[in-house]
Amino acid sequence: MEIKALGGCCKKTIANYEAIVQAAKELGIQEEVIHVTDMNEIMELGVMSTPGLVIDGKVMSVGRALTVARAKELISKAMNKCSCCCGKL
Amino acid sequence: MKRKMIKWIILIILILIVITNILIGIFVGWDTLAIPWNFISDQILGMKWLNSLIGKLITSISGEYIASTWQYKIQSAIQFFVYDFIKIGVLLCLLIFAISYIQSYFPPERTRKMLGKYHGIWANIIGALLGTVTPFCSCSSIPIFIGFTRAGLSSGVTFSFLISSPLVDLGSLMLLVGFFGWPIAIAYVFVGLVLAVVGGTLIEKTGLGRNVEEFVLNGKVVDIDSPALTQKDRLSYALNQVWQTYKKMFIYILIGVAIGCLIHNVIPADWIEALLGSNAWYGVLLATILGTPMYADIFGTLPIAEALYFKGAGLGTILSFMMSVTALSLPSLIMLRKVIKPKLLFAFILIVVVGIILIGYLFNFIGYLFI
Repeated sequence: MEIKALGGCCKKTIANYEAIVQAAKELGIQEEVIHVTDMNEIMELGVMSTPGLVIDGKVMSVGRALTVARAKELISKAMNKCSCCCGKL
Repeated sequence: MKRKMIKWIILIILILIVITNILIGIFVGWDTLAIPWNFISDQILGMKWLNSLIGKLITSISGEYIASTWQYKIQSAIQFFVYDFIKIGVLLCLLIFAISYIQSYFPPERTRKMLGKYHGIWANIIGALLGTVTPFCSCSSIPIFIGFTRAGLSSGVTFSFLISSPLVDLGSLMLLVGFFGWPIAIAYVFVGLVLAVVGGTLIEKTGLGRNVEEFVLNGKVVDIDSPALTQKDRLSYALNQVWQTYKKMFIYILIGVAIGCLIHNVIPADWIEALLGSNAWYGVLLATILGTPMYADIFGTLPIAEALYFKGAGLGTILSFMMSVTALSLPSLIMLRKVIKPKLLFAFILIVVVGIILIGYLFNFIGYLFI
């Protein structure tokens, strides 16, 4: 699973990135969280308000810094969806 | 389905309020009508009761003095400082909470989609209106600008949005009600929106809007569905916004109230009247030029504006000061320079500054209508 933390301009986005890294670690996810700071790349994901969280190309959160708990919730939500569709494939 | 119902209910309630107000005004008299509205502006948003409470507290501790003695002056300075500081803090927290909650329904991604549906002057008006509810800070102006432009929104709509966003929002409306009463607050919001619509239209019609940096135009456009939010998400977002904003604004409020306090108690009224009164032709110019490079929120500006106003500065002068401080600032202009060419940036500054100056003179001229 590919987790992207968007935004690199202000304190809020750094906090967001760190919360997501911590959440991924706590959920035992091996892959590294990608920190997307390039404005163009962020725009191409369809996001205009950072900080944001994108999992497997799907925008999960925009415009707010996530807490570790909330990031965990969103990541596990994405994981569950993935496991059920992966089963069918 | 449920959402549509709520929209209709809100609309019906609003219409009912307007109709009952008009009926009371006509049949019972406009003076009776003013009572509840003045109560809201004076006591709830303006917290006048707090002012008299603090006043009593201070005199009960240090005794009463006759006006114009130095003890009295110190007392009234302390009273102004404590009252304004508490008032702004409480209003800021309550208003930011309510507004962030509303704003969570209008992320820029959604605003962009909504704007795409309108054309012509309507698009400008909707852009200006959405600017009042979409969360905005100078940090996010760039992505919003690129996102809007790439989605094919006209430069006029984008600039209407960019002008109205920092200038007018629901929070500043409520704050202004608390400080200056309903007529001035509504006038401020109205002229702010007019400035946004006219400014945006001018930039588009003169063709200046094409002067954007190349890379803004070249790029993929991706429309996403904004992630679904639960009520819990919205509330926690709103609470978080309150905390973040208060932390960020604390120092500005402190400085603002201190300057306001100084104006209120130390600087003689004659000076202010001579320099910024509605009869001084250079007052508006001075206020706008001073205010433009300043970077402050409306929360920091209001105590200064309030003190100046009650010391005899012209209404138009005050409005142009507040507008120039909030609409334009050095940091946001530096940010904008990254995406638009100097020619457009210059035109943007010129249009907004001239607009603000015109509004200032207009209100100095017709200001007596509001008092």
